[in-house]
Amino acid sequence: MRPDRTFIPLGRPLEGSRAVAETVARCRPQVVPAYPISPQTHIVEGISSLIRSGELEHCEFVTVESEFGAMSLCIGASATGSRTYTATSSQGLLFMAEALYNAAGLGLPIVMTVANRALGAPINIWNDQSDSLSQRDSGWIQLYARDNQAACDLHPIAFRLAEELSVPVMVCMDGFILTHAVERLDVPEPGVVDEYLPPYAPCQVLDPDAPLSIGAMVGPEAFTEVRYLAHHRMEAAIQRFPELAGRYAKLVGRRAEDLARGYRLEGARTVFVAMGSVVGTLEDAIDEAREQGLSVGAVELTCFRPFPAARLRDLLADAEHIVVLERALSTGLGGILTAELAAARAGEGRQRTTVVAGLGGRPVTRKALRTLIADAMARRLPPLSFLDLDHTLLRRAHTKENGR
Amino acid sequence: MYQIRVHGRGGQGVVTAAELIAWAAIYDGHYALAFPSFGSERTGAPVEAYCRIADTPIRSREPVDAPDAVLVLDATLLHRPGTFKGLKAGGLALVNSAASVAVPEAPQLLAVPATRIALARTGRALPNVPMLGAFAAASGAVSLEAVHTAVELRFAGPLARVNRDGADDAYGYMTEAESETEAVEFDVPAAFAAEREARHAA
Repeated sequence: MRPDRTFIPLGRPLEGSRAVAETVARCRPQVVPAYPISPQTHIVEGISSLIRSGELEHCEFVTVESEFGAMSLCIGASATGSRTYTATSSQGLLFMAEALYNAAGLGLPIVMTVANRALGAPINIWNDQSDSLSQRDSGWIQLYARDNQAACDLHPIAFRLAEELSVPVMVCMDGFILTHAVERLDVPEPGVVDEYLPPYAPCQVLDPDAPLSIGAMVGPEAFTEVRYLAHHRMEAAIQRFPELAGRYAKLVGRRAEDLARGYRLEGARTVFVAMGSVVGTLEDAIDEAREQGLSVGAVELTCFRPFPAARLRDLLADAEHIVVLERALSTGLGGILTAELAAARAGEGRQRTTVVAGLGGRPVTRKALRTLIADAMARRLPPLSFLDLDHTLLRRAHTKENGR
Repeated sequence: MYQIRVHGRGGQGVVTAAELIAWAAIYDGHYALAFPSFGSERTGAPVEAYCRIADTPIRSREPVDAPDAVLVLDATLLHRPGTFKGLKAGGLALVNSAASVAVPEAPQLLAVPATRIALARTGRALPNVPMLGAFAAASGAVSLEAVHTAVELRFAGPLARVNRDGADDAYGYMTEAESETEAVEFDVPAAFAAEREARHAA
């Protein structure tokens, strides 16, 4: 393969984490409290180095003692009027859990990258989406990136959305698969981000000169109403996200991010639903299946919270069989996304099948997807299955348990 | 799509090798995607990294299972099962070794003394950049100019120059060695002895 010299490349080679760090820096956060944890570490290291080199000015990077400290500091910084950012993964996110709910309850527009990683025990540093999905009821908007360009582009949109709605936003990107991948990426120009994202203008600020209290006790007389308002505030993102994403896409000249998006849905009888980095491999597998005349398509979900029920009902309206690829497991239930689709009445009355794939870093290969597509088309899939399950290993485990 | 799998041991710059191939391919105007196999990073443990090069955006993020090229940064991994797994017929197999070697899984195996070149040029036994130069020569998948650009942007100051020289030496070695002497059956102790000699010579 000889290079074509006439081709002018767009973007430059960057690691996903570095590109996210540079994009976040262009959003001009003022406070970044962070604690390192794999696979997120390169992101906050990148931001730290951008502050040290002077490329990111007027920003305080705070090395904290824990993730609980990181999110608590985010709450303080955001409540005093600073644009605030942090990043974490896995057990780090769980350690933040209490503060996550407080950040959302207080309506603080914090933006956080979650480099998705499995939860222990057993300890596992590799990718799945159990961590962020475990916090789906925390009151944070959750956006999932299909690739590193999306991971970058979702951050300016996340800050804009968070500050407009007073709701914190998690941008979730698959750990290692995206964070540690080097590819050609476009980091938006500082002028572009400045045009898109005005300086943070908080509607309420903690100020020692004008003391007030936030998050004070609310009893049974008003707590339901507080939650009702929070629910409706977050639901506004269903309208605002596509609009803000569209405006950003015009500025950078790329395809706009959307709540959810269909891929080759025309005449598709079997439709796969997925979130995150598996979407690229899935689309390649679908192209291959289409070439063989199989009527298969995909729906990529970017916005998991708020859950775009109406959009998903539209996208899945013509599907006969829906196969949900899940990179997490609700033990004792099965697929988290499948349950949400059912609650949203997306694809109602049609067969819905859950396939748990890619737990704890197991690669989701084109070969496995090829077999899965064939099984799905032949209606051979049980309601819940696990992709590439190692039956020899399971038999060994069963024998050991029975022998006890 | 041109796919590369890099094998080596933790500390030899395996991940950087795959990344630099991607950098070079991108400077050549291609799309490229490089990523490691994400093991727990331990010095000396076998490590894999992957790189894909294409002229259209690369969507697939699965590990490379049918490589067009396999680069082995540590000759002790030659007989490890899976090192040449899925290598396409007529694909490139390149090992870091001062001695000419042969393995049944990859009869086309080419050797380049990457550690010896690295020691001579940089004073450090990091074979990855010379392997990159050798890969450019043997595959044509990336240009030497793009390798220079990648190395100069990756390393700072004098380190950039000596690494660039290392890439050039390996590139030259491969282009001159096209009518190479016939390979001998791989002999680990002999290869180690050759490496040791090279180290003493350096």
